[in-house]
Amino acid sequence: MTLLRIESLSKEFGGVHAIEDLSFVINPGTIHSIIGPNGAGKTTLFNLITGVYTPTSGRILLDDHDIAGKRPFELARLGMSRTFQNLQVFFNMTALENVMVGHHLHLDRRFLPSLFRLPAIARRDAEARAHCLELMAFVGIGRYGDADAASMPYGALKRLEIARALAARPRLLLLDEPAAGLNATESREIDEVIKKVAATGVTVVLVEHDMKMVMGISDHILALDYGRKLAEGTPAQVRANQDVVAAYLGAH
Amino acid sequence: MNAAMMLAPRTGGLAALALVVSLAPLTFPNAYFYDVAVNALFNAVVCVGLNLLVGYGGQISLGHAGFFALGAYGSAILTGTYGVPPVAALAASAAAVGALAFVVGRPILRLKGHYLAMATLGIGIIIHIVLKTESQVTGGPDGIGVDAFTVLGLAVAGDKAWYWVGAGLLVFAVWISLNLIDSPMGRALRAVHGSEVGAEVVGVDTGRYKVLVFTLSAVFASVVGSLFAHKNGFITPDIGSFFRSIELVTMVVLGGMASTFGAVVGAVILTLLPQLLASFEDYEAMVLGGIMMGTMIFMPKGLLPSLRAALKRRRAAA
Ligand SMILES: Nc1ncnc2c1ncn2[C@@H]1O[C@H](COP(=O)(O)OP(=O)(O)OP(=O)(O)O)[C@@H](O)[C@H]1O
Ligand SMILES: [Mg+2]
Repeated sequence: MTLLRIESLSKEFGGVHAIEDLSFVINPGTIHSIIGPNGAGKTTLFNLITGVYTPTSGRILLDDHDIAGKRPFELARLGMSRTFQNLQVFFNMTALENVMVGHHLHLDRRFLPSLFRLPAIARRDAEARAHCLELMAFVGIGRYGDADAASMPYGALKRLEIARALAARPRLLLLDEPAAGLNATESREIDEVIKKVAATGVTVVLVEHDMKMVMGISDHILALDYGRKLAEGTPAQVRANQDVVAAYLGAH
Repeated sequence: MNAAMMLAPRTGGLAALALVVSLAPLTFPNAYFYDVAVNALFNAVVCVGLNLLVGYGGQISLGHAGFFALGAYGSAILTGTYGVPPVAALAASAAAVGALAFVVGRPILRLKGHYLAMATLGIGIIIHIVLKTESQVTGGPDGIGVDAFTVLGLAVAGDKAWYWVGAGLLVFAVWISLNLIDSPMGRALRAVHGSEVGAEVVGVDTGRYKVLVFTLSAVFASVVGSLFAHKNGFITPDIGSFFRSIELVTMVVLGGMASTFGAVVGAVILTLLPQLLASFEDYEAMVLGGIMMGTMIFMPKGLLPSLRAALKRRRAAA
Protein backbone atom coordinates (compact mmCIF):
# COMPACT_ATOMS: atom_id res chain seq x y z
CA MET A 1 0.00 0.00 0.00
CA THR A 2 1.22 3.48 -0.75
CA LEU A 3 1.10 6.22 1.83
CA LEU A 4 1.08 9.14 -0.54
CA ARG A 5 0.19 9.15 -4.23
CA ILE A 6 0.68 12.18 -6.43
CA GLU A 7 -1.21 12.10 -9.74
CA SER A 8 -0.53 14.55 -12.60
CA LEU A 9 -0.07 17.38 -10.16
CA SER A 10 0.38 20.91 -11.48
CA LYS A 11 0.78 24.31 -9.88
CA GLU A 12 1.00 27.55 -11.80
CA PHE A 13 1.88 30.99 -10.49
CA GLY A 14 0.67 33.44 -13.11
CA GLY A 15 2.31 31.64 -16.02
CA VAL A 16 5.17 30.07 -14.06
CA HIS A 17 4.78 26.29 -13.99
CA ALA A 18 6.27 25.60 -10.58
CA ILE A 19 5.03 21.99 -10.72
CA GLU A 20 3.98 20.43 -14.00
CA ASP A 21 2.20 17.12 -14.53
CA LEU A 22 4.06 15.36 -11.75
CA SER A 23 3.25 11.81 -10.61
CA PHE A 24 4.98 9.62 -8.06
CA VAL A 25 4.28 7.54 -4.98
CA ILE A 26 5.76 7.42 -1.51
CA ASN A 27 5.75 4.11 0.32
CA PRO A 28 5.42 3.96 4.08
CA GLY A 29 8.49 3.51 6.23
CA THR A 30 10.93 4.90 3.68
CA ILE A 31 13.16 7.94 3.42
CA HIS A 32 12.17 9.61 0.20
CA SER A 33 14.33 12.47 -1.01
CA ILE A 34 13.42 15.15 -3.50
CA ILE A 35 16.32 16.89 -5.20
CA GLY A 36 16.66 19.47 -7.92
CA PRO A 37 18.33 22.79 -8.71
CA ASN A 38 17.14 26.06 -7.17
CA GLY A 39 13.64 26.89 -8.35
CA ALA A 40 12.91 23.32 -9.41
CA GLY A 41 9.66 23.34 -7.43
CA LYS A 42 10.61 21.31 -4.35
CA THR A 43 9.20 23.71 -1.80
CA THR A 44 6.12 24.26 -3.94
CA LEU A 45 5.58 20.51 -3.94
CA PHE A 46 5.81 20.47 -0.12
CA ASN A 47 3.33 23.32 0.06
CA LEU A 48 0.92 21.41 -2.16
CA ILE A 49 1.23 18.18 -0.20
CA THR A 50 0.73 19.90 3.16
CA GLY A 51 -2.23 21.98 2.03
CA VAL A 52 -0.50 25.36 2.15
CA TYR A 53 -1.18 25.74 -1.60
CA THR A 54 -4.06 24.27 -3.59
CA PRO A 55 -3.11 22.50 -6.84
CA THR A 56 -3.98 24.05 -10.20
CA SER A 57 -4.80 20.51 -11.30
CA GLY A 58 -4.08 16.91 -10.38
CA ARG A 59 -4.68 14.86 -7.29
CA ILE A 60 -2.93 14.11 -4.00
CA LEU A 61 -4.01 10.95 -2.22
CA LEU A 62 -3.14 10.09 1.36
CA ASP A 63 -4.01 6.48 2.21
CA ASP A 64 -5.89 6.44 -1.12
CA HIS A 65 -8.13 9.35 -0.08
CA ASP A 66 -8.08 12.55 -2.07
CA ILE A 67 -6.92 15.35 0.22
CA ALA A 68 -7.60 18.16 -2.22
CA GLY A 69 -8.79 21.35 -0.57
CA LYS A 70 -7.90 20.24 2.95
CA ARG A 71 -6.26 22.87 5.11
CA PRO A 72 -2.84 22.21 6.68
CA PHE A 73 -4.29 21.75 10.18
CA GLU A 74 -6.66 19.09 8.86
CA LEU A 75 -3.78 17.26 7.22
CA ALA A 76 -1.84 17.48 10.47
CA ARG A 77 -4.71 15.57 12.06
CA LEU A 78 -4.26 12.92 9.38
CA GLY A 79 -0.63 12.52 10.40
CA MET A 80 1.36 15.00 8.35
CA SER A 81 3.92 17.39 9.75
CA ARG A 82 6.70 19.45 8.26
CA THR A 83 9.51 21.93 8.65
CA PHE A 84 10.19 25.00 6.52
CA GLN A 85 13.11 26.07 4.40
CA ASN A 86 12.57 29.67 5.50
CA LEU A 87 12.04 29.24 9.24
CA GLN A 88 8.49 29.46 10.56
CA VAL A 89 9.44 29.53 14.22
CA PHE A 90 7.20 31.24 16.79
CA PHE A 91 9.68 33.92 17.75
CA ASN A 92 7.31 35.35 20.34
CA MET A 93 7.62 32.19 22.43
CA THR A 94 10.24 30.12 24.21
CA ALA A 95 11.92 27.16 22.54
CA LEU A 96 10.02 24.71 24.70
CA GLU A 97 6.71 26.45 24.02
CA ASN A 98 7.39 26.13 20.29
CA VAL A 99 7.70 22.39 20.67
CA MET A 100 4.65 22.24 22.93
CA VAL A 101 2.60 23.89 20.20
CA GLY A 102 3.76 21.02 18.04
CA HIS A 103 2.12 18.71 20.57
CA HIS A 104 -1.15 20.67 20.27
CA LEU A 105 -3.28 17.85 18.88
CA HIS A 106 -2.41 15.57 21.78
CA LEU A 107 -3.26 18.08 24.51
CA ASP A 108 -6.39 19.07 26.39
CA ARG A 109 -7.77 22.00 24.42
CA ARG A 110 -11.11 22.54 26.16
CA PHE A 111 -11.98 26.19 26.59
CA LEU A 112 -13.43 26.52 30.08
CA PRO A 113 -10.98 24.15 31.79
CA SER A 114 -8.20 26.23 30.20
CA LEU A 115 -9.65 29.50 31.51
CA PHE A 116 -9.83 28.16 35.06
CA ARG A 117 -6.71 26.04 34.78
CA LEU A 118 -8.33 22.92 36.14
CA PRO A 119 -5.91 20.31 37.51
CA ALA A 120 -6.35 18.17 34.39
CA ILE A 121 -4.90 20.94 32.25
CA ALA A 122 -1.98 21.58 34.58
CA ARG A 123 -1.14 17.88 34.83
CA ARG A 124 -1.26 17.23 31.09
CA ASP A 125 0.83 20.35 30.52
CA ALA A 126 3.49 19.12 32.91
CA GLU A 127 3.62 15.79 31.07
CA ALA A 128 3.81 17.56 27.72
CA ARG A 129 6.63 19.72 29.03
CA ALA A 130 8.67 16.69 29.98
CA HIS A 131 7.94 14.95 26.69
CA CYS A 132 8.85 18.02 24.63
CA LEU A 133 12.09 18.53 26.55
CA GLU A 134 12.98 14.94 25.64
CA LEU A 135 12.31 15.70 21.99
CA MET A 136 14.51 18.77 22.21
CA ALA A 137 17.30 16.68 23.67
CA PHE A 138 16.73 14.11 20.92
CA VAL A 139 17.39 16.68 18.16
CA GLY A 140 20.31 18.15 20.11
CA ILE A 141 18.89 21.37 21.54
CA GLY A 142 18.22 20.15 25.07
CA ARG A 143 20.03 23.06 26.63
CA TYR A 144 17.66 25.67 25.17
CA GLY A 145 14.58 24.69 27.22
CA ASP A 146 13.16 27.97 28.41
CA ALA A 147 15.28 30.18 26.19
CA ASP A 148 13.41 32.61 23.96
CA ALA A 149 13.30 31.29 20.42
CA ALA A 150 14.33 34.75 19.25
CA SER A 151 17.67 34.39 21.05
CA MET A 152 18.65 31.06 19.44
CA PRO A 153 21.24 30.63 16.69
CA TYR A 154 20.16 29.54 13.22
CA GLY A 155 21.30 25.93 13.49
CA ALA A 156 19.36 25.47 16.73
CA LEU A 157 16.25 26.97 15.13
CA LYS A 158 16.43 24.43 12.32
CA ARG A 159 16.44 21.68 14.93
CA LEU A 160 13.70 23.41 16.86
CA GLU A 161 11.44 23.08 13.84
CA ILE A 162 12.24 19.39 13.62
CA ALA A 163 11.40 18.92 17.29
CA ARG A 164 8.15 20.82 16.84
CA ALA A 165 7.22 18.67 13.85
CA LEU A 166 8.05 15.50 15.78
CA ALA A 167 5.96 16.63 18.74
CA ALA A 168 2.92 16.32 16.48
CA ARG A 169 3.69 12.56 16.22
CA PRO A 170 3.44 12.45 12.43
CA ARG A 171 3.26 9.38 10.23
CA LEU A 172 4.58 11.45 7.35
CA LEU A 173 7.31 13.99 8.10
CA LEU A 174 8.40 16.45 5.42
CA LEU A 175 11.73 18.21 5.94
CA ASP A 176 12.58 21.14 3.68
CA GLU A 177 16.36 21.57 3.64
CA PRO A 178 17.00 20.70 7.30
CA ALA A 179 20.76 20.95 6.81
CA ALA A 180 20.87 24.24 4.92
CA GLY A 181 23.26 26.65 6.57
CA LEU A 182 24.72 24.02 8.88
CA ASN A 183 28.36 22.97 8.99
CA ALA A 184 29.50 19.43 8.19
CA THR A 185 29.37 18.22 11.79
CA GLU A 186 25.90 19.62 12.32
CA SER A 187 24.73 18.10 9.02
CA ARG A 188 25.89 14.69 10.16
CA GLU A 189 23.98 15.11 13.41
CA ILE A 190 20.79 15.97 11.53
CA ASP A 191 21.49 12.95 9.37
CA GLU A 192 21.49 10.77 12.49
CA VAL A 193 18.29 12.33 13.76
CA ILE A 194 16.51 11.63 10.47
CA LYS A 195 17.69 8.02 10.47
CA LYS A 196 16.50 7.52 14.02
CA VAL A 197 13.11 9.04 13.23
CA ALA A 198 12.73 6.82 10.17
CA ALA A 199 13.70 3.80 12.26
CA THR A 200 10.64 4.40 14.42
CA GLY A 201 8.44 3.85 11.37
CA VAL A 202 7.86 7.47 10.38
CA THR A 203 7.93 8.06 6.63
CA VAL A 204 10.32 10.89 5.85
CA VAL A 205 10.24 13.10 2.78
CA LEU A 206 13.43 15.08 2.53
CA VAL A 207 14.35 18.05 0.37
CA GLU A 208 18.07 18.65 0.60
CA HIS A 209 20.90 20.07 -1.46
CA ASP A 210 23.55 18.24 0.60
CA MET A 211 24.14 15.36 -1.82
CA LYS A 212 26.26 13.44 0.61
CA MET A 213 23.37 13.35 3.05
CA VAL A 214 20.80 12.55 0.37
CA MET A 215 22.76 9.72 -1.21
CA GLY A 216 23.62 8.31 2.20
CA ILE A 217 20.23 8.03 3.81
CA SER A 218 17.61 7.86 1.05
CA ASP A 219 15.72 4.73 0.08
CA HIS A 220 14.31 6.50 -2.93
CA ILE A 221 15.11 9.75 -4.74
CA LEU A 222 13.00 11.92 -7.02
CA ALA A 223 14.84 14.50 -9.11
CA LEU A 224 12.93 17.56 -10.28
CA ASP A 225 13.81 20.21 -12.80
CA TYR A 226 11.52 23.08 -13.82
CA GLY A 227 8.65 21.41 -11.99
CA ARG A 228 8.92 18.17 -13.94
CA LYS A 229 10.21 14.76 -13.02
CA LEU A 230 13.74 14.35 -14.27
CA ALA A 231 14.54 10.96 -12.82
CA GLU A 232 13.48 8.64 -10.04
CA GLY A 233 14.87 5.57 -8.32
CA THR A 234 17.44 4.37 -5.85
CA PRO A 235 20.38 6.65 -5.05
CA ALA A 236 22.60 4.60 -7.36
CA GLN A 237 20.13 4.85 -10.23
CA VAL A 238 19.65 8.59 -9.84
CA ARG A 239 23.36 9.26 -9.52
CA ALA A 240 23.97 7.43 -12.77
CA ASN A 241 21.22 9.26 -14.63
CA GLN A 242 22.60 11.49 -17.40
CA ASP A 243 19.79 14.05 -17.15
CA VAL A 244 20.40 14.53 -13.46
CA VAL A 245 24.11 14.99 -14.00
CA ALA A 246 23.42 17.49 -16.78
CA ALA A 247 20.90 19.46 -14.73
CA TYR A 248 23.29 19.72 -11.82
CA LEU A 249 26.29 20.59 -13.95
CA GLY A 250 24.17 23.15 -15.74
CA ALA A 251 23.03 24.69 -12.52
CA HIS A 252 26.39 24.93 -10.85
CA MET B 1 12.19 38.40 45.99
CA ASN B 2 13.33 40.67 43.17
CA ALA B 3 11.27 42.89 40.92
CA ALA B 4 11.62 40.69 37.84
CA MET B 5 10.19 37.75 39.70
CA MET B 6 7.32 39.86 40.96
CA LEU B 7 6.53 40.88 37.42
CA ALA B 8 6.60 37.29 36.23
CA PRO B 9 3.12 35.88 35.73
CA ARG B 10 1.64 33.63 38.39
CA THR B 11 4.76 33.62 40.60
CA GLY B 12 3.51 36.57 42.53
CA GLY B 13 2.18 38.90 39.92
CA LEU B 14 -1.42 38.09 40.76
CA ALA B 15 -0.81 38.41 44.49
CA ALA B 16 1.00 41.69 43.93
CA LEU B 17 -1.90 42.98 41.88
CA ALA B 18 -4.38 42.01 44.60
CA LEU B 19 -2.21 43.78 47.16
CA VAL B 20 -1.89 46.92 45.05
CA VAL B 21 -5.61 47.25 44.37
CA SER B 22 -6.34 46.58 48.05
CA LEU B 23 -3.95 49.23 49.31
CA ALA B 24 -4.39 51.80 46.55
CA PRO B 25 -7.38 53.53 48.22
CA LEU B 26 -5.06 54.54 51.10
CA THR B 27 -3.31 56.86 48.67
CA PHE B 28 -6.45 58.46 47.25
CA PRO B 29 -6.33 62.20 47.91
CA ASN B 30 -10.13 62.60 48.08
CA ALA B 31 -13.39 60.74 47.70
CA TYR B 32 -13.78 62.01 44.15
CA PHE B 33 -10.72 60.00 43.22
CA TYR B 34 -12.67 56.77 43.66
CA ASP B 35 -14.63 57.64 40.56
CA VAL B 36 -11.45 57.94 38.50
CA ALA B 37 -10.07 54.77 40.06
CA VAL B 38 -13.16 52.78 39.12
CA ASN B 39 -12.83 53.95 35.53
CA ALA B 40 -9.18 52.91 35.59
CA LEU B 41 -10.13 49.44 36.85
CA PHE B 42 -12.88 49.07 34.27
CA ASN B 43 -10.57 50.14 31.45
CA ALA B 44 -7.96 47.73 32.75
CA VAL B 45 -10.38 44.80 32.55
CA VAL B 46 -11.34 45.67 28.97
CA CYS B 47 -7.65 46.00 28.10
CA VAL B 48 -6.75 42.64 29.64
CA GLY B 49 -9.31 41.12 27.26
CA LEU B 50 -8.23 43.21 24.31
CA ASN B 51 -4.59 42.32 24.96
CA LEU B 52 -5.45 38.65 24.46
CA LEU B 53 -6.56 39.54 20.96
CA VAL B 54 -4.02 42.22 20.10
CA GLY B 55 -0.95 41.41 22.17
CA TYR B 56 -1.07 37.63 22.22
CA GLY B 57 -3.12 36.79 19.15
CA GLY B 58 -1.46 39.42 16.96
CA GLN B 59 -4.81 40.65 15.62
CA ILE B 60 -6.31 44.12 15.87
CA SER B 61 -9.70 45.55 16.74
CA LEU B 62 -10.58 49.19 16.31
CA GLY B 63 -14.17 48.49 17.28
CA HIS B 64 -14.06 47.21 20.81
CA ALA B 65 -15.75 50.27 22.29
CA GLY B 66 -18.73 49.12 20.22
CA PHE B 67 -18.90 45.86 22.16
CA PHE B 68 -18.50 47.79 25.39
CA ALA B 69 -21.40 50.05 24.40
CA LEU B 70 -23.58 47.10 23.39
CA GLY B 71 -23.07 45.56 26.82
CA ALA B 72 -23.91 48.90 28.44
CA TYR B 73 -27.04 49.47 26.38
CA GLY B 74 -28.07 45.83 26.67
CA SER B 75 -28.07 46.14 30.45
CA ALA B 76 -29.67 49.58 30.42
CA ILE B 77 -32.53 48.50 28.19
CA LEU B 78 -33.10 45.05 29.65
CA THR B 79 -33.21 46.34 33.23
CA GLY B 80 -34.91 49.67 32.50
CA THR B 81 -37.47 48.76 29.85
CA TYR B 82 -38.05 45.10 30.59
CA GLY B 83 -37.36 44.85 34.30
CA VAL B 84 -34.81 42.08 33.96
CA PRO B 85 -32.59 41.67 37.06
CA PRO B 86 -29.18 43.36 36.46
CA VAL B 87 -27.10 40.20 36.78
CA ALA B 88 -29.28 38.40 34.24
CA ALA B 89 -29.21 41.44 31.96
CA LEU B 90 -25.42 41.53 32.16
CA ALA B 91 -25.19 37.84 31.31
CA ALA B 92 -27.72 38.07 28.48
CA SER B 93 -25.96 41.09 26.98
CA ALA B 94 -22.59 39.37 27.23
CA ALA B 95 -24.01 36.26 25.54
CA ALA B 96 -25.52 38.34 22.75
CA VAL B 97 -22.32 40.33 22.22
CA GLY B 98 -20.35 37.09 22.24
CA ALA B 99 -22.66 35.62 19.62
CA LEU B 100 -22.37 38.75 17.50
CA ALA B 101 -18.57 38.77 17.76
CA PHE B 102 -18.47 35.10 16.87
CA VAL B 103 -20.62 35.57 13.77
CA VAL B 104 -18.89 38.68 12.42
CA GLY B 105 -15.49 37.42 13.56
CA ARG B 106 -15.52 34.47 11.19
CA PRO B 107 -15.36 36.43 7.93
CA ILE B 108 -13.50 39.43 9.35
CA LEU B 109 -10.58 37.64 10.96
CA ARG B 110 -9.59 36.12 7.64
CA LEU B 111 -8.38 39.63 6.87
CA LYS B 112 -4.98 40.82 7.94
CA GLY B 113 -3.30 44.07 8.90
CA HIS B 114 -4.92 47.22 7.58
CA TYR B 115 -7.88 45.34 6.16
CA LEU B 116 -8.71 43.82 9.53
CA ALA B 117 -8.30 47.22 11.16
CA MET B 118 -10.73 48.74 8.65
CA ALA B 119 -13.29 45.97 9.08
CA THR B 120 -13.30 46.16 12.88
CA LEU B 121 -13.43 49.93 12.62
CA GLY B 122 -16.54 49.42 10.51
CA ILE B 123 -18.19 47.25 13.17
CA GLY B 124 -17.56 49.88 15.81
CA ILE B 125 -18.91 52.66 13.64
CA ILE B 126 -22.05 50.72 12.74
CA ILE B 127 -22.76 49.98 16.41
CA HIS B 128 -22.18 53.62 17.31
CA ILE B 129 -24.55 54.82 14.59
CA VAL B 130 -27.25 52.31 15.47
CA LEU B 131 -27.15 53.37 19.12
CA LYS B 132 -27.43 56.99 18.03
CA THR B 133 -30.25 56.61 15.53
CA GLU B 134 -32.49 53.94 17.06
CA SER B 135 -33.67 56.50 19.59
CA GLN B 136 -36.93 54.71 20.39
CA VAL B 137 -34.97 51.91 21.98
CA THR B 138 -31.72 53.59 22.95
CA GLY B 139 -32.79 57.11 23.71
CA GLY B 140 -30.67 58.37 20.81
CA PRO B 141 -27.80 60.85 21.14
CA ASP B 142 -29.23 62.22 24.39
CA GLY B 143 -28.53 58.96 26.15
CA ILE B 144 -30.47 56.83 28.55
CA GLY B 145 -30.70 56.50 32.32
CA VAL B 146 -29.70 53.25 34.00
CA ASP B 147 -30.95 51.76 37.26
CA ALA B 148 -28.67 50.82 40.12
CA PHE B 149 -26.96 47.45 40.06
CA THR B 150 -28.63 45.16 42.58
CA VAL B 151 -27.74 41.61 43.52
CA LEU B 152 -30.31 39.74 45.63
CA GLY B 153 -31.86 43.02 46.69
CA LEU B 154 -28.55 44.59 47.65
CA ALA B 155 -27.57 47.63 45.59
CA VAL B 156 -23.97 48.45 44.70
CA ALA B 157 -24.10 52.06 45.75
CA GLY B 158 -21.40 54.68 45.65
CA ASP B 159 -17.96 54.84 44.06
CA LYS B 160 -16.37 53.06 47.01
CA ALA B 161 -18.52 49.96 46.52
CA TRP B 162 -17.88 50.08 42.79
CA TYR B 163 -14.18 50.27 43.44
CA TRP B 164 -14.24 46.87 45.14
CA VAL B 165 -16.38 45.40 42.38
CA GLY B 166 -13.91 46.68 39.80
CA ALA B 167 -10.92 45.50 41.81
CA GLY B 168 -12.37 42.01 42.22
CA LEU B 169 -13.24 41.82 38.56
CA LEU B 170 -9.75 42.92 37.53
CA VAL B 171 -8.02 40.31 39.68
CA PHE B 172 -10.36 37.70 38.26
CA ALA B 173 -9.78 38.87 34.66
CA VAL B 174 -6.01 38.83 35.10
CA TRP B 175 -6.17 35.35 36.60
CA ILE B 176 -8.25 34.12 33.64
CA SER B 177 -5.86 35.75 31.20
CA LEU B 178 -2.74 34.26 32.82
CA ASN B 179 -4.37 30.82 32.85
CA LEU B 180 -5.36 30.98 29.23
CA ILE B 181 -1.99 32.16 27.99
CA ASP B 182 -0.21 29.27 29.66
CA SER B 183 -2.63 26.59 28.39
CA PRO B 184 -2.55 24.61 25.13
CA MET B 185 -5.19 26.99 23.79
CA GLY B 186 -3.20 30.03 24.74
CA ARG B 187 0.00 28.70 23.24
CA ALA B 188 -1.85 27.94 20.02
CA LEU B 189 -3.12 31.51 20.05
CA ARG B 190 0.35 32.95 20.50
CA ALA B 191 1.62 30.62 17.79
CA VAL B 192 -0.92 32.19 15.42
CA HIS B 193 0.84 35.47 16.13
CA GLY B 194 4.28 33.94 15.64
CA SER B 195 3.61 32.13 12.35
CA GLU B 196 0.20 31.18 11.06
CA VAL B 197 1.49 28.57 8.67
CA GLY B 198 3.85 27.20 11.30
CA ALA B 199 0.88 26.74 13.64
CA GLU B 200 -1.36 25.22 10.97
CA VAL B 201 1.02 22.46 9.99
CA VAL B 202 1.08 21.09 13.52
CA GLY B 203 -2.70 21.02 13.67
CA VAL B 204 -3.73 24.44 14.97
CA ASP B 205 -6.99 25.61 13.41
CA THR B 206 -5.81 29.22 13.29
CA GLY B 207 -9.16 30.61 12.16
CA ARG B 208 -10.93 29.05 15.12
CA TYR B 209 -8.52 30.49 17.66
CA LYS B 210 -8.70 33.94 16.17
CA VAL B 211 -12.50 33.93 16.35
CA LEU B 212 -12.44 32.49 19.85
CA VAL B 213 -10.18 35.18 21.26
CA PHE B 214 -12.03 37.90 19.39
CA THR B 215 -15.25 36.64 20.98
CA LEU B 216 -13.70 36.34 24.43
CA SER B 217 -12.31 39.87 24.31
CA ALA B 218 -15.69 41.19 23.12
CA VAL B 219 -17.37 39.47 26.08
CA PHE B 220 -14.87 41.11 28.46
CA ALA B 221 -15.77 44.50 26.96
CA SER B 222 -19.49 43.79 27.17
CA VAL B 223 -19.41 42.76 30.83
CA VAL B 224 -17.49 45.88 31.77
CA GLY B 225 -19.85 47.95 29.64
CA SER B 226 -22.81 46.59 31.61
CA LEU B 227 -21.21 47.42 34.94
CA PHE B 228 -20.14 50.84 33.71
CA ALA B 229 -23.73 51.63 32.71
CA HIS B 230 -25.04 50.80 36.16
CA LYS B 231 -22.23 52.60 37.92
CA ASN B 232 -22.63 55.75 35.86
CA GLY B 233 -26.42 55.72 35.98
CA PHE B 234 -26.51 57.37 32.58
CA ILE B 235 -24.95 56.48 29.21
CA THR B 236 -24.74 58.03 25.77
CA PRO B 237 -23.78 56.42 22.44
CA ASP B 238 -20.39 58.11 22.65
CA ILE B 239 -19.13 55.44 25.04
CA GLY B 240 -18.99 53.35 21.85
CA SER B 241 -17.32 55.94 19.67
CA PHE B 242 -14.36 55.41 17.42
CA PHE B 243 -12.20 57.50 19.74
CA ARG B 244 -12.96 55.22 22.66
CA SER B 245 -11.89 52.21 20.59
CA ILE B 246 -8.63 53.90 19.70
CA GLU B 247 -8.10 54.83 23.32
CA LEU B 248 -8.46 51.18 24.37
CA VAL B 249 -5.94 49.96 21.81
CA THR B 250 -3.57 52.76 22.83
CA MET B 251 -3.74 51.61 26.45
CA VAL B 252 -2.76 48.07 25.43
CA VAL B 253 0.07 49.24 23.22
CA LEU B 254 1.40 51.75 25.75
CA GLY B 255 1.44 49.27 28.63
CA GLY B 256 2.98 46.55 26.56
CA MET B 257 1.59 44.12 24.05
CA ALA B 258 1.54 40.47 25.04
CA SER B 259 1.81 41.41 28.69
CA THR B 260 -1.27 41.02 30.86
CA PHE B 261 0.08 43.30 33.56
CA GLY B 262 1.26 45.70 30.88
CA ALA B 263 -2.31 46.09 29.68
CA VAL B 264 -3.35 46.92 33.24
CA VAL B 265 -0.55 49.46 33.61
CA GLY B 266 -1.38 51.07 30.28
CA ALA B 267 -5.06 51.37 31.16
CA VAL B 268 -4.35 52.86 34.57
CA ILE B 269 -1.83 55.37 33.23
CA LEU B 270 -4.00 56.59 30.39
CA THR B 271 -7.01 56.89 32.67
CA LEU B 272 -5.13 58.81 35.37
CA LEU B 273 -2.90 60.92 33.15
CA PRO B 274 -5.61 63.35 32.03
CA GLN B 275 -6.36 63.98 35.73
CA LEU B 276 -2.72 64.63 36.51
CA LEU B 277 -2.32 66.81 33.45
CA ALA B 278 -5.40 68.86 34.21
CA SER B 279 -3.15 71.71 35.31
CA PHE B 280 -1.78 71.93 31.78
CA GLU B 281 -5.32 72.73 30.68
CA ASP B 282 -5.23 73.52 26.97
CA TYR B 283 -2.01 71.63 26.45
CA GLU B 284 -3.27 68.46 28.08
CA ALA B 285 -3.97 66.64 24.83
CA MET B 286 -0.60 67.69 23.42
CA VAL B 287 1.32 66.50 26.48
CA LEU B 288 -0.57 63.23 26.33
CA GLY B 289 0.22 62.82 22.63
CA GLY B 290 3.85 63.65 23.30
CA ILE B 291 4.14 61.06 26.03
CA MET B 292 2.64 58.44 23.78
CA MET B 293 4.90 59.25 20.85
CA GLY B 294 7.92 59.21 23.15
CA THR B 295 6.96 55.81 24.51
CA MET B 296 6.53 54.34 21.06
CA ILE B 297 9.85 55.72 19.85
CA PHE B 298 11.92 54.77 22.89
CA MET B 299 10.00 51.73 24.15
CA PRO B 300 8.22 50.27 21.13
CA LYS B 301 7.38 47.12 23.07
CA GLY B 302 5.49 49.15 25.65
CA LEU B 303 6.25 50.10 29.22
CA LEU B 304 6.23 46.81 31.10
CA PRO B 305 8.06 44.57 28.60
CA SER B 306 10.74 47.26 28.18
CA LEU B 307 11.11 47.53 31.92
CA ARG B 308 11.37 43.77 32.27
CA ALA B 309 13.99 43.59 29.52
CA ALA B 310 16.00 46.32 31.24
CA LEU B 311 15.86 44.42 34.53
CA LYS B 312 16.98 41.24 32.80
CA ARG B 313 19.90 43.06 31.20
CA ARG B 314 20.93 44.57 34.48
CA ARG B 315 20.83 41.19 36.18
CA ALA B 316 22.85 39.63 33.38
CA ALA B 317 25.44 42.39 33.74
CA ALA B 318 25.64 42.02 37.52
N1 LIG C 1 4.09 31.91 -3.97
C1 LIG C 1 4.69 31.98 -5.16
N2 LIG C 1 4.30 32.92 -6.06
C2 LIG C 1 4.89 32.98 -7.28
N3 LIG C 1 5.86 32.15 -7.69
C3 LIG C 1 6.29 31.21 -6.85
C4 LIG C 1 5.72 31.07 -5.54
N4 LIG C 1 6.34 30.03 -4.92
C5 LIG C 1 7.24 29.56 -5.78
N5 LIG C 1 7.22 30.25 -6.96
C6 LIG C 1 8.04 29.98 -8.12
O1 LIG C 1 7.95 28.61 -8.38
C7 LIG C 1 9.22 28.10 -8.76
C8 LIG C 1 9.61 26.97 -7.85
O2 LIG C 1 9.93 27.53 -6.58
P1 LIG C 1 10.27 26.63 -5.31
O3 LIG C 1 10.43 27.55 -4.17
O4 LIG C 1 9.27 25.57 -5.20
O5 LIG C 1 11.67 26.02 -5.71
P2 LIG C 1 12.66 25.10 -4.87
O6 LIG C 1 12.90 23.89 -5.66
O7 LIG C 1 12.17 24.93 -3.50
O8 LIG C 1 13.97 26.00 -4.88
P3 LIG C 1 15.12 26.17 -3.77
O9 LIG C 1 16.06 25.03 -3.92
O10 LIG C 1 15.78 27.45 -4.12
O11 LIG C 1 14.46 26.21 -2.44
C9 LIG C 1 10.18 29.27 -8.78
O12 LIG C 1 10.26 29.76 -10.10
C10 LIG C 1 9.52 30.26 -7.88
O13 LIG C 1 9.85 31.57 -8.25
MG1 LIG D 1 12.81 25.41 -1.67
